[in-house]
Amino acid sequence: MKHLFEFLLRQGDNALVLGHRTSEWCGVAPALEEDIALANTALDLIGQTQLWLGYAAEVEGKGRSANDLAYLRDVYDFRNILMLEVPNEDFGRTLMRQFLFDAFQVPWLTALCGSSDKRVADFSGKSLKEANYHLDRSAETVIALGNGTEESNTRMQAALDYLWPYAGELFGEDDTDQAMQAAGIAVLPASIRNDWDTKVQGILSDASLRTPKSTFAHFGGRSGFRHTEHLGHMLATMQILQRSYPGAVW
Amino acid sequence: MYAQMVKSEATKDDPEQLAAFQARIDAGEKIEPKDWMPEGYRKTLIRQVGQHAHSEIVGQLPEGNWITRAPTLERKANLLAKVQDEAGHGLYLYCAAETLGVSRDEMTQMLLDGRMKYSSIFNYPTLTWADMGAVGWLVDGAAIMNQVPLQRTSYGPYARAMVRVCKEESFHQRQGFHIMMAMVKGTAEQKRMAQDALNRFWYPALMMFGPSDKDSVHSSQSMAWKIKMNTNDELRQKFVDETVPQAEYLGLTIPDEDLTWNEENGQYDFTEPDWNEFFDVISGNGPCNVDRLSARQKAWDDGAWVRDAMNAHAEKKAARKLAAE
Repeated sequence: MKHLFEFLLRQGDNALVLGHRTSEWCGVAPALEEDIALANTALDLIGQTQLWLGYAAEVEGKGRSANDLAYLRDVYDFRNILMLEVPNEDFGRTLMRQFLFDAFQVPWLTALCGSSDKRVADFSGKSLKEANYHLDRSAETVIALGNGTEESNTRMQAALDYLWPYAGELFGEDDTDQAMQAAGIAVLPASIRNDWDTKVQGILSDASLRTPKSTFAHFGGRSGFRHTEHLGHMLATMQILQRSYPGAVW
Repeated sequence: MYAQMVKSEATKDDPEQLAAFQARIDAGEKIEPKDWMPEGYRKTLIRQVGQHAHSEIVGQLPEGNWITRAPTLERKANLLAKVQDEAGHGLYLYCAAETLGVSRDEMTQMLLDGRMKYSSIFNYPTLTWADMGAVGWLVDGAAIMNQVPLQRTSYGPYARAMVRVCKEESFHQRQGFHIMMAMVKGTAEQKRMAQDALNRFWYPALMMFGPSDKDSVHSSQSMAWKIKMNTNDELRQKFVDETVPQAEYLGLTIPDEDLTWNEENGQYDFTEPDWNEFFDVISGNGPCNVDRLSARQKAWDDGAWVRDAMNAHAEKKAARKLAAE
């Protein structure tokens, strides 16, 4: 059960941390339509968080809830990939990150729809509908901003160069991944690497952006071993009420 | 409310045309974008609908202030959905205003350089989570009072936008009330937050209806045109009469020692807000005026490269399509 719990935390924390980062855009996006779209994405991700962390809490069996997991764990207990916790910076980095993640989520959730665990399969099916829509939008935006103006191309290239070393963590593999594969609950992330590469290469090329050559990857998020400095600040904000008023019901 | 202190424009049109126009309004007909309308009607509506739209957009900021600190996943999702609805309302309203011949970008510019206003209420800070309850309960509650009658306003696109807006606003008000309910049922600290939020938002909420009728110089023409449906004092009274029992239900105290039920006329007598404070706020000296506008200005400036790039991309695509034909 330990591995299933870990696996569920990874799904839930990815959704939570990206959902939170996306929600930081509320009210200050470049255009009203983008404000609405970003809020929509954040809402989908927070909804997915509730599913995955709710199930994780159940599997753990210690009487914790999805909210306890979201609001009362510290940095080293989070299992999201590092790419999702780094700051939004500008709209370009926000959308580039969304794209790199969505391009993973679509084949990943598609594979998880065949999970031997019925709830994993159900949650994946539900999340996949949203991920498909997110991917359409983020890919389209990356293409538009890559091709728009000289400035937008420069910013998108900078966003890609910054995020690239973090993308490799999507394909990490450890005991948990192997246990999930052995139980038929999930496939190995590496098994969808080709799908991701093809999609990402295609869109970046359509966006007139150069794929970085480096294959270096930062790890430490999905294992919880070493997060970035940014996550602690995010949690300080996100968890303030639950931490300041222990036991209060909101 | 959302549109406060909208100055009606004098009109210099042909008296016969004006009389025919007024007759249509009196008969309850809707005025549509292509119909003839007096210049004053058009200008007043642009100001009112634009101000309403800006209020939705600036109104995202005080609530956006708590999205990243919402205490549970459910509350976070609800607040996100609410602020997203407000952006949507802004969009319908800008579209309604565009039918009168002014673009969204022009209106945004007028907001940023101070030629157009937004509701005074959004110049107050949101300091604790209870403010998310108070804003939903009182601010959306006051907005509904104003907007429900505007569903019958004479300008078709505005009236239709209001129908959608009202449905969502009443949901927001219930959501705000639920937050307050949770707070008053909670710990002593939570109750204190709830009372403090009511103390700070009560009078600013009363100000949302605009100055007292005796000082409201712009109402009569707008009422004749059915752009404004009720007087400021009528709506304020209705708001007090509906809100006082809700506060009692919550076990909270309205911060007005002179609040009393008047048996004779079947309504509450209450203390008027401090109108000097109101005029200070609308002239730029509210607690958050500078911060709110600079947040909007920053979002607009930071987003310029994105909007430029999107336009450039769309133009290139259109040019390619044309070349291929």
